[in-house]
Amino acid sequence: MTGGLSATAARTEGSLATLRRGLRMMPEFRRGLPATFALALLATTGRVVVPISVQQVIDRGLGAPGGPDLDLVRTVVLLSAVVVVVTAVAVYRMNVRLFRTTETALANLRVRAFRHVHDLSMLHQQGERRGSLVSRVTSDVDQLSVFMQWGGVLGLVSVGQLLVATVVMAVYSWQLTLLVLVCFVPLAIAVRAFARRLVVVYGVVRTRVGDVLAAVAESVVGAPTVRAYGVRARTAARIDAAIARHYRAQVDAQKVTAAVFVSGEFVAALANAAVVVVGVLLGLAGDITAGTLVAFLFLVTLFVAPVQTASEVLNEAQNAVAGFRRVLDVLDTEPDVRDPAVATPDRARQLPDGPLGVRFEHVAFRYAPGARPALDGVDLTIEPRRRVAVVGETGSGKTTFAKLVTRLMDPTGGRVLLGSDAGGWVPLTDVAFASLRSRVVMVPQDGFLFDASVAENVRYGRPGMTDDEVAAAFDELGLRGWVEGLPAGVATPVGQRGESLSAGERQLVAVARAYVADPHLLVLDEATSAVDPATEQRLTRALDTLTAGRTTLTIAHRLSTAERADEVLVVDAGHVVQRGPHAELVDAEGPYARLHASWRRSSAGEPEPAGLTP
Amino acid sequence: MSRRRDAVVRRGLRHIGRAVREQPGMFTLALLASSLYGAMTVASAWVIGEVTDRVLLPSFDDGVTTASALTLAALAIIGVAVLKIVGILGRRLFAGVMSYRLQAEYRRRVTGQYLRLPLSWHQRHPTGQLLSNANSDVESAWFFVAPLPFACGALVMIAITSVALVLTDPLLAVVGLVVFPLVFVANIVYSQVMSPRMQRAQQLRAEVSEIAHESFDAGLVVKTLGREDGETARFAVRADELRDGLVAVGRVRGLFDPMMEALPNLGTLAVLLIGAGRVADGATDAGELVSVAYLFTLLALPIRAIGWVLADLPRALAGFDRVTPVLEATGETPHGPDAAAGTPGGAAVALRDVGFAFEGAEQATLHGVTFDVPAGRTVAVVGPTGSGKSTLAGLLVRLVDPTDGAVLLDGVDLRRLREGEVSGQAAFVAQSAFLFDDTVRDNVTLGGPYGDDDVWAALRVAAADGFVSALPDGLDTRVGERGASLSGGQRQRLALARAVVRRPRLLVLDDATSAVDPAVEARILDALRGSDTPTTVVVVAYRQATIALADEVVWLEDGRAVARGTHDELLARVPGYAALVRAYQQAEVPA
Ligand SMILES: Nc1ncnc2c1ncn2[C@@H]1O[C@H](COP(=O)(O)OP(=O)(O)O)[C@@H](O)[C@H]1O
Ligand SMILES: Nc1ncnc2c1ncn2[C@@H]1O[C@H](COP(=O)(O)OP(=O)(O)O)[C@@H](O)[C@H]1O
Ligand SMILES: [Mg+2]
Repeated sequence: MTGGLSATAARTEGSLATLRRGLRMMPEFRRGLPATFALALLATTGRVVVPISVQQVIDRGLGAPGGPDLDLVRTVVLLSAVVVVVTAVAVYRMNVRLFRTTETALANLRVRAFRHVHDLSMLHQQGERRGSLVSRVTSDVDQLSVFMQWGGVLGLVSVGQLLVATVVMAVYSWQLTLLVLVCFVPLAIAVRAFARRLVVVYGVVRTRVGDVLAAVAESVVGAPTVRAYGVRARTAARIDAAIARHYRAQVDAQKVTAAVFVSGEFVAALANAAVVVVGVLLGLAGDITAGTLVAFLFLVTLFVAPVQTASEVLNEAQNAVAGFRRVLDVLDTEPDVRDPAVATPDRARQLPDGPLGVRFEHVAFRYAPGARPALDGVDLTIEPRRRVAVVGETGSGKTTFAKLVTRLMDPTGGRVLLGSDAGGWVPLTDVAFASLRSRVVMVPQDGFLFDASVAENVRYGRPGMTDDEVAAAFDELGLRGWVEGLPAGVATPVGQRGESLSAGERQLVAVARAYVADPHLLVLDEATSAVDPATEQRLTRALDTLTAGRTTLTIAHRLSTAERADEVLVVDAGHVVQRGPHAELVDAEGPYARLHASWRRSSAGEPEPAGLTP
Repeated sequence: MSRRRDAVVRRGLRHIGRAVREQPGMFTLALLASSLYGAMTVASAWVIGEVTDRVLLPSFDDGVTTASALTLAALAIIGVAVLKIVGILGRRLFAGVMSYRLQAEYRRRVTGQYLRLPLSWHQRHPTGQLLSNANSDVESAWFFVAPLPFACGALVMIAITSVALVLTDPLLAVVGLVVFPLVFVANIVYSQVMSPRMQRAQQLRAEVSEIAHESFDAGLVVKTLGREDGETARFAVRADELRDGLVAVGRVRGLFDPMMEALPNLGTLAVLLIGAGRVADGATDAGELVSVAYLFTLLALPIRAIGWVLADLPRALAGFDRVTPVLEATGETPHGPDAAAGTPGGAAVALRDVGFAFEGAEQATLHGVTFDVPAGRTVAVVGPTGSGKSTLAGLLVRLVDPTDGAVLLDGVDLRRLREGEVSGQAAFVAQSAFLFDDTVRDNVTLGGPYGDDDVWAALRVAAADGFVSALPDGLDTRVGERGASLSGGQRQRLALARAVVRRPRLLVLDDATSAVDPAVEARILDALRGSDTPTTVVVVAYRQATIALADEVVWLEDGRAVARGTHDELLARVPGYAALVRAYQQAEVPA
């Protein structure tokens, strides 16, 4: 496949760099951070104060030399209670802030990624399955929230807690503090390796989620085919395989996560044991007292707790990195067909007013490097106001031609220009999209309809039309009878992808949608292939009248279109091999005469001699 | 109100029960591991205490220590830690596996339903929503499982600690244990406030996914009409609603979490305060109070673990409630016991007074359609756009069942045939070719037992051999999602080859040759009908050449089979028919 979303494989960026880049994309999140940190700090202090004061109450108040010191106990307990409540309030405030800022940031990220998908070229979009694309703006973004709402701040708070605990420990005994730190050195070193491994396994999980969604989407959209061919079991097996791969990826990730978590636990035990042994020896040497050592053992637990939290946070961070990468993959993919108004504003131009012509200068197009060119050496000018039919065998390059005219793709060789002799010619790559899309409209082969009413779908071509105007448009197109036959006229819902209409009816709506957009250059790519001949004739005759003075480019298998056109372009294996009015070509030696003869025979009802296939 | 509130909690507990019932083995293992972890957490505190009492303090008192005592102390600490680690590993792995298995299992069930449920059901449910059901709803439904065994283990810890507390000082225990009803009440209130918010959030998630899927699906239309801004705005509206929904969730959750953290702390402080009084009164001694206070600090963690599970329950229920309708949806096509006749050659098809109305439609699409297609014959169905041809074609291969009347294959009602019989006998090529994101070969065979020779032969018949052999990897070329890397006509030819390779007894072509040369079409029909045992063909077509190949033509108008006869008879008799099939010739007249 061509296209595809950027290079996860080629990326060498570290996790931290990804996180930093990801967060840079979320100014809403960063802006709130200082205040959030202030609250977090308050919360941490509270979390440290409570166990210490409990310890103090027990040690000094209850274990006081002259019997329990009740006043002290009461004072400390009441103070602690206040601290607990203040801490809880601080945590609550912090949580609310975090939820608000992260969700705002994530919503904006979602929208940006969504927009970017639409800015990607058609081929890039096709490079990834839709289900998987959907996951990039839904569940991949969701992955980030846990880290941002919980992990990120907690991670930093843990570091703070670690520092506080270290300082307090050092006050008690610098030797033992050093010892504890030494115990944790191997863990600190291992963290980088852990992080790398984690981001890999989480990345696999995210990819597998995309695969599952793609498999499900395919089976849902292809449900009639699955049914008609009785391949339910096979389709189920494919989905189940995707689910199983996702499951295995999850379990693999869980193994690594658990390993990371317990290594912290193990080091903590080592530290405890070391403190006991060395503490006793130090005590015997007279360096510390028993009370100090006991207190120190308690402090070690305050040191260990944030380490454990941090390893949890590390997990979440890597999970978020994996999600970020899938979102950043979208945002990092440079749209290869870019709106010059955005890319190079100083070069962006408007199309000249009035009817538009098309000029191809040595145009070639390949779908993939090294592939056979789908179009090659095309050099021609279509004058404004012409009605041009493009004909040729299937696969000869007609749709490719149409996509180059409408700049859904850029040629791989040569260039395409639009304009007129009076207004001048503008290279398509310089035309601002706003100008291009309002003046040049194509009805693609499968005209997609949205799950809305007929009127809504037509309005898509010209927002703001009233239902009456939509009905009038159908009227102009000779389709009044059809609209009146619909259960609710133009208000009739068309269903998902327009599936509550027949295929031919969907095409009628798609043509109407393009017609109301009122383009100066209309490109129809087999736009009425499923419509019955009588309706088609009515529709095209109406269109001919309505678009008089405009330029139309029509690709059709039914050569009635070619018969009526001002000019016919014959495409064969990527080359424009013949060109001229129907009357000339039909008598000339060449592919058109053959195509036409075959079509005449078929539409006149003479069975085809079976041997005569190309 | 209170009944509803109650219901959330009860349903939550039942949901927990469901998880345990579905994965009893994993749950037990995770529970054992959690209990080990819980026991070792208590043990590690105890070991430190013992070490302090027996090694540390004596050493300081006596001024000497022995290497063996120190080693023993170190080993005890590390030994307990190792057991604790085993507990953690087991808990994490088993609980993870349990949660992932439940997810995978429900994804299988949900997607199995997607494949089982009729097309009418699919039309009512947007693809994006179905994706969301299979993905985020299932995930939400079982998310709470990860901390579940831990929380259950924590219950054990709580029980042990409570007993120890009561034994040490009953009065103090009662004071402290007031925390538990408080936790419970907090949770009920939380569930009640949270549930509607969670439901809304999951609903919005699905809507965001719906818009994304539809919009990406419409990518080409969006581009050609320059509607990127409009689509982004449409998506942004829902994304913002989802944001607000999640913030509303966060506000409640953000309050619940610190409360769950504060309650045990306050409990401990209360115990200390009252305990100190009792020590002063001489009702208890300082040592006992110390152990009570200590036991209490131990309770903080299990209570938080239980809090995690409880906090996730509303989300789980919201997700599960969205999955349930899919799992419980009925309307699966029932199959009968009969086998098809299975004689070689074409199948005889008969429609008996067939009527069909789409679900929810006011008017029926087909009315009283009756005709026969004798074995080995070819019938063309012709009619204006929207007259019901595709609907009729779908009935012949049982994509849908008629609302009235019956469709018979070799005299047997399709509904009486066994599963797989219809698709085994008949091949259907739809109007818009659907290809899977797979290789050319797999798209033709669909996993059927056909060798490469069969595939090439079918491709040749469908005139697809030329372009397939020019593809970079031939039969192994992947065609992209829905065949994106092929031209429209090429897709259609592969779909035809898929039908041809099966040598079906009945072939139904729904305007499936619009982009194929008439010569190719003739060759396909020849290949299927030319043998000694010709295939029965029903072809929806507009082209006269195709129609002329048919033995009989059925003229469909507004869902009624208005006329039948040969092409020439209909031309003479039915003006609408003549106008339709001769539209091109007439168009030429004025020219
Ligand atoms: N997205 C794509 N990727 C790779 N090859 C493509 C793609 N789209 C079309 N092609 C190939 O380019 C050639 C021309 O296709 P197209 O222009 O669609 O033909 P048609 O004349 O039927 O409209 C065909 O051989 C087709 O297989
Ligand atoms: N899923 C559906 N729900 C409601 N109406 C439908 C549905 N599919 C088709 N229709 C309606 O049924 C009629 C016949 O459709 P169809 O059989 O596809 O026509 P055609 O003769 O063009 O193949 C049309 O008017 C169409 O709007
Ligand atoms: Mg149809």
